[in-house]
Amino acid sequence: MSVLAIAEHDNASIKPATLNAVTAAAQLGPVDLLVAGAGCRAAAEQAAKIAGVAKVLLADAPEYAHGLAENLAPLVVTLAAGYSHVLVTATTFGKNLLPRAAALLDLQQISDVVKIVSADSFVRPIYAGNGLATVQSADRIKLLTVRSTAFEAAKAEGGSAAVETVPAAGDAGLSRFVKQEVSKSERPELSSARIVISGGRGMQAAENFHLLEEVADRLGAAVGASRAAVDAGFKPNEFQVGQTGKVVAPDLYIAVGISGAIQHLAGMKDSKVIVAINKDEEAPIFAVADYGLVADLFTAVPELKAELDRKA
Amino acid sequence: MKLLVAVKRVVDFNVKVRVKSDQSGIDLANVKMSMNPFDEIAVEEAVRLKEAGVASEIVVVSLGLPQAQETIRTALAMGADRGILVETSTELQPLAVAKLLKALVDKEQPRLVILGKQAIDDDCNQTGQMLAALLGWPQGTFASKLTVSADEIEVTREVDAGLETLMLKLPAVVTTDLRLNEPRYASLPNIMKAKKKPIDQVKPEALGVDVTPRLKTLRVEEPAKRQAGVKVGSVAELVAKLRNEAKVI
Repeated sequence: MSVLAIAEHDNASIKPATLNAVTAAAQLGPVDLLVAGAGCRAAAEQAAKIAGVAKVLLADAPEYAHGLAENLAPLVVTLAAGYSHVLVTATTFGKNLLPRAAALLDLQQISDVVKIVSADSFVRPIYAGNGLATVQSADRIKLLTVRSTAFEAAKAEGGSAAVETVPAAGDAGLSRFVKQEVSKSERPELSSARIVISGGRGMQAAENFHLLEEVADRLGAAVGASRAAVDAGFKPNEFQVGQTGKVVAPDLYIAVGISGAIQHLAGMKDSKVIVAINKDEEAPIFAVADYGLVADLFTAVPELKAELDRKA
Repeated sequence: MKLLVAVKRVVDFNVKVRVKSDQSGIDLANVKMSMNPFDEIAVEEAVRLKEAGVASEIVVVSLGLPQAQETIRTALAMGADRGILVETSTELQPLAVAKLLKALVDKEQPRLVILGKQAIDDDCNQTGQMLAALLGWPQGTFASKLTVSADEIEVTREVDAGLETLMLKLPAVVTTDLRLNEPRYASLPNIMKAKKKPIDQVKPEALGVDVTPRLKTLRVEEPAKRQAGVKVGSVAELVAKLRNEAKVI
């Protein structure tokens, strides 16, 4: 048995989500890590240092510059034959890519795996995480996307894998990258932050998120948002926590002005400690909160900032 | 241009489902069913393209039990032109759905296929990507904006880092994300008109597709229950508990 894991990177460095895929992959067998990009030798060299990676496969060609699925999927198909499993983290990159490769290989992939039971059986959430299904695959190669929060990050140092160049599979000529708009932040990345403070519809306006940011500053936290807050334009889409947004499992999740809809809970109910601040004591969020504070957030959040400063 | 949209009948998003005590699956008895929310967005986008004069005909497809006809009727009431039900009682997994849709695309020859990004029951998020692969078409997943021209479609996608814009050749497959549009409610006159729109029925065998499931569900369990929490009386109490009891800060 051997596993092909697909790295997510920006050509210069490997993204943290890849480290979770390596851990999952290592549960199944020796791991080869594919780094496909344009001018991505630096990323490949970083990949070679990840603990648990046996070999790095480097595919460096202009058509891989932006992770286009139409170009990457055929590459994965040419490489997959030698492996028992192919894995990628269930980020938007992995979710976009792997099903395309799966269909080309005539395989039924398994999405969002949270536990590897055996070489052919895996646990995955269904119905917004209200059920956990154990599924068994008889396919000749198992293709999996794995939930990053379900697997520890492999250590980024300590490995010394060989880097082997593999031939590029060409440009499918079907798609091209135009541009991207990304938010830059000094804060930790939402998917992997140890503490997250999120705002919902109760925040009432985009400007009010500064109240949460001040608390986030003091806690070294990431800032998140509910779907309602994103739909209302309070925060851009990459802040959304939920069934179809980011799934997070921090040590501490503080939900501010968030009612606790099923779809939001799906994205944060695996947090170690959940705090809810909401002036509606009937809000469903209180049913999952370890600590609930029924209060007006416009009073409570500034008090929280002050309290954190008091014993600093 | 002709558009093809696929819709799935799923448990209504407001329903808190329960796992059956024998672990055989989710308890669906008497549960309210609705069109998958992402598929509503797909139908809405197709109807807007028709209203803008970009699309000439919208074919809506659903796959599964006869009750899926209700879901097709809803799409017809929103503005789709005709429906196709691929009727089967076999559990359809995404690869099989993609193959069935490919067979229909080969027959119907749409220029653009619009699907929801994921179904809120199985949460797979695969079908659109798989269909694009089988067709050899480009894919624009998690779309929050579409601009269609004669030979190309510009797709803005919601990705983990923010927004990404791609230009895809037509024909193409796109999958919808939440903010692509806000679906309309079908008006009563349109609901009545929809009763007269045709829905054809076809079986998987007639399309030459083997829909045998590849994955076997061994059991479905409830997620671990959280311990009941407490209400705190003040911010000071909250911070003290987070520091001393939970020890997370």
